[in-house]
Amino acid sequence: MPDAVVELVGVNKWYGAFHALKDFNLEISSGERVVICGPSGSGKSTVVRCINQLERHQKGTIRIDGVELTEDPKSVARIRSEVGMVFQQFNLFPHLTVLENLTLGPIKARGLSRKDAEARARHYLERVHIPDQADKHPIQLSGGQQQRVAIARSLCMEPRVLLFDEPTSALDPEMISEVLDVMVELAEDGMTMVVVTHEMGFARKVADNMVFMDAGETVEQGKPEHLFTNPRSERCRKFLSQILQH
Amino acid sequence: MKRAFFPLTVLVLIAGCSSSQSWGWYVIDPTTESGWTNVKFLVSGMGATIQISLIAAVLSIVIGLIVALPGLSEKRGWRLVNRVYVEFIRSIPLLPMLFWVFYGMPIVFRSMGLNIPIDPFWGAIITLAVSDSAFTAEIYRAGIQSIARGQSEAAQTIGLNYFQSMRYVILPQAIRRILPPLANQFIYIVKMSAFASVIGMQELTRRANELVVTEYRPLEIYTLLIFEYLLLVLIISAGVRWLERRMGSDERGQ
Repeated sequence: MPDAVVELVGVNKWYGAFHALKDFNLEISSGERVVICGPSGSGKSTVVRCINQLERHQKGTIRIDGVELTEDPKSVARIRSEVGMVFQQFNLFPHLTVLENLTLGPIKARGLSRKDAEARARHYLERVHIPDQADKHPIQLSGGQQQRVAIARSLCMEPRVLLFDEPTSALDPEMISEVLDVMVELAEDGMTMVVVTHEMGFARKVADNMVFMDAGETVEQGKPEHLFTNPRSERCRKFLSQILQH
Repeated sequence: MKRAFFPLTVLVLIAGCSSSQSWGWYVIDPTTESGWTNVKFLVSGMGATIQISLIAAVLSIVIGLIVALPGLSEKRGWRLVNRVYVEFIRSIPLLPMLFWVFYGMPIVFRSMGLNIPIDPFWGAIITLAVSDSAFTAEIYRAGIQSIARGQSEAAQTIGLNYFQSMRYVILPQAIRRILPPLANQFIYIVKMSAFASVIGMQELTRRANELVVTEYRPLEIYTLLIFEYLLLVLIISAGVRWLERRMGSDERGQ
């Protein structure tokens, strides 16, 4: 498939003796939205952390834009420029203002001028609907606002793929929707996204492909409506009924 | 016992100021001409003590960071380099190290065909800096490790390389935790600089020793010496508290 942006083939990952990913395969084409769900410890976070090489896989192949990832620092630098990441805990830099959080990467890693970086930062702050918080420190914002700043920070690097690792799991319930709204808008604009989440409403609305994982393996994948209404496996059916009944 | 200590000391000192035979504060009495000359002689070591301590502290802060970084690596080989340096250096008592640097290192240099003399000034600085760097390295390591892993991961994902993420993300946050123990080490260096007297460095302790030899008044002279160090340490403490306050007001929570 020529337009696969991210391709995982037979990827294996161990943490000590724990086999976190078992011959994992996944293909993500340009503009596709993939949602990964599954019980905790199923390896879903490990998938996104391997895609951007925060974790090094031990076996198998990961290709970004057709180029295989190796341990070569150049190959890692290449992923960083194409793959953005949003964390569960936001991981904003507490000693910097919102604007500085957003311009640090573009200025230091991309060599943009301060002026261009700030213009870009304000553009993306607008896009996540918090243009007026630029000069505050992260601690002065609500959780939902912080996560939207984190999304804007990733967007400032203008990545081809954006990874989300449980982006709403650390948020108070009333702040979840403001973050999901931003993510839906990104999806509508054609951003390629891989989202680890339990937000099934979001999955139903935007996912082109939904992957259900358990014990380091893909149990089932397909269109969300297919998984919701007619799951083939018992494990998937049980998991979905548990998280959907509330 | 503890409570009695302070009044007792004061009493002994006051007694010493009286006309008792065994005390002779006249040696450092600034109102007399010879006393004033002696005080000037003793205090004239202050400049050397301050210079040695300051340069050694700056070097120790730099060497400490260089030694700490491999200790934070995921590669075992790098961590081993850090461990060996720290364990080896901090096991050497200051005095033997001073002798080794001052008397031994010129021989090492000569055998390598180099003609690098080591004077007491730089001998003392090298010894203090290297000896202290093992401790500053551990302080850096603890401070950097106290910053959540997510911070360096976030720095990586926005494309920063290792040194950029240290420089712009990790160290600015770690410095607030590193500074207080680093200040302690600075005080330690000031006190340990007294050892430089044994290789002939004309600093505070050396001056005191020399005066004792001619005046035979060890109690009075060493008492003044102690207060000279106390003064230096109090100045450092005040400076550090000021610095901490300044940084604290900058901090808007974590």
